Amino acid sequence: MRKVTMTVNGKSVSAEAEGRTLLVEFLREGLGLTGTHVGCDTSQCGACVVHVDGRAVKSCSIFALEAEGAEVRTIEGMANEDGSLSPIQKAFQDHHGLQCGFCTPGMVMSAAALLAETPKPTEAEVRHHLEGNLCRCTGYHNIVKAIMAASGQEMQVAAE
Amino acid sequence: MYAFELERPETVAAAVELLKGDDEAMPLGGGQTLIPTLKARLAQPSVLVSLGAIGELRGVRLDEAGHLCIGAGETHAGVARQAAAHYPALAALAGQIGDPAVRNRGTLGGSLANNDPSACYPAAVLGSGAVVVTNTREIAADEFFQGMFTTDLEEGEIITEVRFPIPQAASYRKFAQPASRFALTGVFVARFADAVRVAVTGASEDGVFRWEEAEAALARDFSPEALAGVSVPADGMIGDLHGTPEYRAHLVGVMAARAVAAAR
Repeated sequence: MRKVTMTVNGKSVSAEAEGRTLLVEFLREGLGLTGTHVGCDTSQCGACVVHVDGRAVKSCSIFALEAEGAEVRTIEGMANEDGSLSPIQKAFQDHHGLQCGFCTPGMVMSAAALLAETPKPTEAEVRHHLEGNLCRCTGYHNIVKAIMAASGQEMQVAAE
Repeated sequence: MYAFELERPETVAAAVELLKGDDEAMPLGGGQTLIPTLKARLAQPSVLVSLGAIGELRGVRLDEAGHLCIGAGETHAGVARQAAAHYPALAALAGQIGDPAVRNRGTLGGSLANNDPSACYPAAVLGSGAVVVTNTREIAADEFFQGMFTTDLEEGEIITEVRFPIPQAASYRKFAQPASRFALTGVFVARFADAVRVAVTGASEDGVFRWEEAEAALARDFSPEALAGVSVPADGMIGDLHGTPEYRAHLVGVMAARAVAAAR
């Protein structure tokens, strides 16, 4: 066991971690931040996406000790300070961008990373960016619609 | 996962020292292949030596000879961003690996050391005639890749940098396996003043290879039509549930022609 210190959602945290402790285990079991989900644990589904130093990563595929000194942001850090939803979260709610909701934390974190780099993506860019985020309910149309709306671009969809 | 210690040295020298003292120690790049492998208990290291905190493994620069030198610890996303102005075909290849989150962790050096037969980077390194630099020596791409998951690297040797000659025109075209995004077949074509190089990944049971017949045809006439008369035999191509050897052999020609047509 070794002590690891990082900043999670703006707060400095320190805790013990084994070499093999994944960042997602550290967040969920160590810090009780269970908003980050483990979907596949084989680095394919993207439900565990968090931001490490501003970049989207799969927290099931990075060890906690590798995040020493890093700025980590999870879904719990996405809402506004007063607890109201951030624009991306609000857009997911408004456009029904979730069905069972299991993939949603990863979808929101991936969307936030995309919009930080590309504030006005095309629909094709949004779909391409979500290549590593799987929705088993196949709710992609409304997820894409929500992300487009969050970027200030309302879009027509084939089926309402 | 089996238990192991994780070390985060800050210099290549310290990493080499940690690996030297322990036969069961393994280097850890971005972990996008190794961590899933550990989860499947297909590897049991005593110590993982993370290379992620080593600053000297980062950076993209041009050397005096005009080669694009990329630190082995650069992520795919980092290469896609920083190489774009110098070597667009290489940057485009890096930007197509895996998915965005994988590209933010996976590294150039990690991909090359693993030499997955369907990985994209080996095609760029072999197709460019790049030099793989390690903590002890420089290895030409033609010697570096030695078959599926096999390279010229010694135990404990760490890739520090890759030096890419910049071609006059180049392109990579991959036919992505839709689930994994690995190359079902990918072809990198590079035209230099004195030669053309064609490297194929994803297709052969021996891993990445140079398609010399196509190189000769393209040296005479750098056009997709020049490839009309050449083909690779299906013998020795990978056959699996995603495609037969014959299908992959056919794709090699198709992707090569597309790469030539797109080469800039």
